[in-house]
Amino acid sequence: MFDVNEVRKDFPMIQNNKDLIYFDSGATSFKPKCVIDAVMDYYTLYNSNIHRGDYDISVKVSKEYDDTRKTIARFIGADDPRCIVFTSGSTSALNLVAYNFGNSFLKQGDVILTSQVEHASNILPWFKAAEKAKAKIEYVPLNADATFDLKKYEDCFAQGNIKVVVLPHVSNVMGYIYPVKKIAEIAHAHGALVSIDGAQGVPHVKVDVKDLDIDFLSFSSHKMLGPAGAGVLYGKYDLLDRMEPLMYGGDSNARFYNDGTIILKGVPEKFESGTPCIEGVLGMNEAARYLMDLGMENVEEYGRYLTRYFIEKLEKLDNVEIYNPRSEAGIVSFNLKGIFAQDAASYFNKCGVALRSGTHCAKLIHNIINVTESLRATFNVYNTTEEIDRFVEIIRDTTIEKCVDSIL
Amino acid sequence: MMDREFKRIILLDHYNNPNNKKLVEDERYKSVHNASESCIDDLTVYMLAQDGVIKDLQFSGIGCTISTASTDIMCDLLKNKTFDEARNILANYSNMVADKPFDEDVLEEANAFDTLYQQANRIKCGTIGIHAIEELIDEYTK
Repeated sequence: MFDVNEVRKDFPMIQNNKDLIYFDSGATSFKPKCVIDAVMDYYTLYNSNIHRGDYDISVKVSKEYDDTRKTIARFIGADDPRCIVFTSGSTSALNLVAYNFGNSFLKQGDVILTSQVEHASNILPWFKAAEKAKAKIEYVPLNADATFDLKKYEDCFAQGNIKVVVLPHVSNVMGYIYPVKKIAEIAHAHGALVSIDGAQGVPHVKVDVKDLDIDFLSFSSHKMLGPAGAGVLYGKYDLLDRMEPLMYGGDSNARFYNDGTIILKGVPEKFESGTPCIEGVLGMNEAARYLMDLGMENVEEYGRYLTRYFIEKLEKLDNVEIYNPRSEAGIVSFNLKGIFAQDAASYFNKCGVALRSGTHCAKLIHNIINVTESLRATFNVYNTTEEIDRFVEIIRDTTIEKCVDSIL
Repeated sequence: MMDREFKRIILLDHYNNPNNKKLVEDERYKSVHNASESCIDDLTVYMLAQDGVIKDLQFSGIGCTISTASTDIMCDLLKNKTFDEARNILANYSNMVADKPFDEDVLEEANAFDTLYQQANRIKCGTIGIHAIEELIDEYTK
């Protein structure tokens, strides 16, 4: 296991904000110095475009950019770096998949099976895909505590029309790790493909796409210690090969003619039109290496440890209601009894604790856990049990009067 | 200036026991729905006006302490006021939360929000119901 105090030294945001307790890594994580340096180095040492220049610095940046595919492939257990498509983030990756299903993979009457815990980015593109293909959206029934039940999931296939299963690896409100391997096995047995939203999973849980045998995995750099503006769509090669890009333009085409014929490059270049977020990709390369150096098993174990530690402390308080007591992956959703989530979050801000309040972009989940809004604390490798202890003491003493006072 | 203790009592009283919070299904009322894009606040305000005078104001929905209390206080404040009087009160309230000069005499209990301008992330809470009321007046007078 890594030494968290050593890890903290790697993060300038922590060194520069000694009094801040940052529990909103689920929204975006801090970045280690090696990632920031990679971005700075690009702009200060070899700023040039990729795949376009016959000069040394362009060759260098092209190589580093393309090498990032190898790093990311290793990071998620993919054999073929061509299966790593760079996108602007999870959202564009998820949209690219859903667009292709809506456009050509689905036909009228097909079913998209998803759940009500989905982040907006993993459900709205599918609403559009369903509209386009005249397909249907159906929701997997979850258990009362929003945990996943494989039996209920498998029963959904009885009707026979499910063509694609759309689920998160880790729910961004509940922090439950979904049994993705079994989910894929069951889907494939019924001829359905599987698209997994890895935005909250990849940063916290060891992922091996070969072992999980999933068809698509989308994730963002900025939640996994990398820069914003970059992300990844992993897909099986033959599926990516059948897909169309969302955008057309420079770098993705091999040739085009005045009669309108376009000859696209192959996978993955055909999906990457225009100058991408080069510094984001280079920074993501460092972020993936940094996480692999820590060891994703360790990252996962430490995340589980902090989550359990916080939940056990919260369970001892009588002014708190926890919505995901079985959370494992660094996400805890809760409320203070009788205090509106945003009032509490504003008060915590006054106390130096940053965390999220609201619906967390998963506006359907509150149909399941039956509250309209909640607080969400999310942890990452640089958070400590000391920070949790300090926060628990603040929560213990929080009253609605103090919350109101914070605006007076 | 109200003291802090007094402001807190006013806010919590209007939050815990709002005078004007109920679902109105009476067709004579006009209603405006206003929901925050960035947080959970989601309010509908109902107005009944006659001959240029606001006869009744009610609201329903989900809101934090600030959105609930500010909307409830404003409903109290604007009942039986003419549209012109109401517009003057609303303009002064808007000035107050924007840290501009305002007439505290017309705002009565709404003066409890005189330091809200210092909390950039909460100003929207203190104006969500107020904007709905402004829209209702526009609706009546267009």
